[in-house]
Amino acid sequence: MSDKPILEVQEATKAFGGIHALNRVSFDVFPGDILGIIGPNGSGKTTLINCITGFIKMTSGQVFFQGRKVSGMPAHKIADMGITRTFQIMRPYYSLPAYKNLVIPLFSPRARRTGGWRGGGKLGDRDTVGIDILEEIGFERDSFVPYKVASSLPTGYLKRLELARCLALKPEIILCDEVFSGLSMSEIASMVPLIERLQMDGITLVMIEHRLRELFRVANRVMVLNFGKKLVEGTPEEVMADEKVKEAYFGSEEVEEVMTYA
Amino acid sequence: MNTEARRKERLDRGIKVRSEGIYALMSWRELSYLTLPRLVLIIGLLLLPLVMPSMYWQRVISIVCIYALLAISFDFLAHFLGLVSLGGAFFIGVGGYMTAIMNTSFGWPPLLTVPMATVIGAAICTFLLLPCLPLRGVYFAIVTLMYPLALMRIIEALNILGGTDGIMGIDSFANQWIEQYLVILMVLFFLFGLRRLVNLDLGLVMRAVKDNDQAVRASGMSITFYKAVAVFIASGMGCLAGACLVHIYMWAGISLFALDFSILPIAATVIGGGGTLVGPVLGCLILVPISELLRDLGTLRIVFYSLILMAFIVFRSEGIMVYGQRKYHQFQRWVKV
Repeated sequence: MSDKPILEVQEATKAFGGIHALNRVSFDVFPGDILGIIGPNGSGKTTLINCITGFIKMTSGQVFFQGRKVSGMPAHKIADMGITRTFQIMRPYYSLPAYKNLVIPLFSPRARRTGGWRGGGKLGDRDTVGIDILEEIGFERDSFVPYKVASSLPTGYLKRLELARCLALKPEIILCDEVFSGLSMSEIASMVPLIERLQMDGITLVMIEHRLRELFRVANRVMVLNFGKKLVEGTPEEVMADEKVKEAYFGSEEVEEVMTYA
Repeated sequence: MNTEARRKERLDRGIKVRSEGIYALMSWRELSYLTLPRLVLIIGLLLLPLVMPSMYWQRVISIVCIYALLAISFDFLAHFLGLVSLGGAFFIGVGGYMTAIMNTSFGWPPLLTVPMATVIGAAICTFLLLPCLPLRGVYFAIVTLMYPLALMRIIEALNILGGTDGIMGIDSFANQWIEQYLVILMVLFFLFGLRRLVNLDLGLVMRAVKDNDQAVRASGMSITFYKAVAVFIASGMGCLAGACLVHIYMWAGISLFALDFSILPIAATVIGGGGTLVGPVLGCLILVPISELLRDLGTLRIVFYSLILMAFIVFRSEGIMVYGQRKYHQFQRWVKV
């Protein structure tokens, strides 16, 4: 882990009327990190991702990516720099087959420059590259699954499709909004190695999660938000041991459960 | 109680599957299954002016094609980009006045002014619509509806561009055949061109903007840019139609901004079947002649017109073409559950 942060968030603030969804949240993400963001419902986790990726405008505060200021840029420019995101509510192109879903991100300027995930700067036939990416992310190539219309795919595949959409852009960093939610235990079990593989590929990840077990297994740092404020940041062990966190979020029972697991 | 239940099963015809891809070249039957519907449409449209009984009905064919261009552009924007446009009159008016100005002021011939009005008019329309492109929902519809009304009143109030009298003395096309085959070929060109476009990767991005614009933004593409490209194409078709109309009538006036040009294409799309691009052309082929036939009935024709429209919306809301394509490609049978 190098010492220079890839993503710096400084005093991110977002006010909806009088309510501060985010109140001066600052944190750094380092290359190769998996940063987990946890917090009770309504604590501003998704708002934070929306602010970083430019989907909503911050009231104040700044975001720097690789030393360049990105706050204030339009969402598609930010994505073009390599900051990609998944959506909590999956947003595939329902009327298109799964592999055609990837033709769209592969059509973007960034994918044409980089050639997509694993692409060496040259983009081949978009359909083929799309199917390759789908295969790497867990769609069986020889089955019908990559060719099925997205609206007929089960949740597990749609979550993977969300990740695949990010990977098609050859991202530097992926902001995942609850990739584990809504999945069965076995689907999660197959998702965790995938996340670890992305990390080995050199992709930095920021993960919003309610599934603490799996998150604490993959994350090397965890930040806790509560009512739009940053409560604690540290290693999973530090966070679990913190009294404030227990009070705000866990409820003692689950903490014990998680701690025994870890 | 009878527990035996039946339901209708709908399956693709064997020949549809066989004629997908390169295998269609294997036999004449598969080949004709693919090409016959297209040939019928192309040859049918090309023969139309020849079989029309009188000059009057030949003129009607030209008007049908002008509405067809508008209807295709409406269908393209609505079903492949998710932009509901009420701007038929806006496009017609801009294209019409452009060609009228160029023809009367500079004396350029119609074969030069029509393409120029198409391109310049499309640029003007796209520029004027640019502010509402990042928005979603009904805003685009409202703004496109507002522009023709506003332009009409501006021309009337400032008495520019001929005011309420309009611009007269515009050249017509050299003869009626050029006029008719120009608009018919343009309809065919845009029909097949757009069908090709929406299946290209660029067209996929446009359809993605309709499905889910947030994911397109998250993929690093500007949705405004792709909407602008599509609006340029669609308004270009509208301006082309307007320019042809002005040269046919040899007159450009504020009635070019009449709401008919916005509403009839939508009705034609409903009747013909949205999302097919061919459907709107069929819809115009039905609606425009009907409205001519009912002309003798005076204002009563609006009643018949509405009845036809209502019947379609109630009984065949999917439209002729969607229904026809389903019957052509699939068969139904009862199966026991």
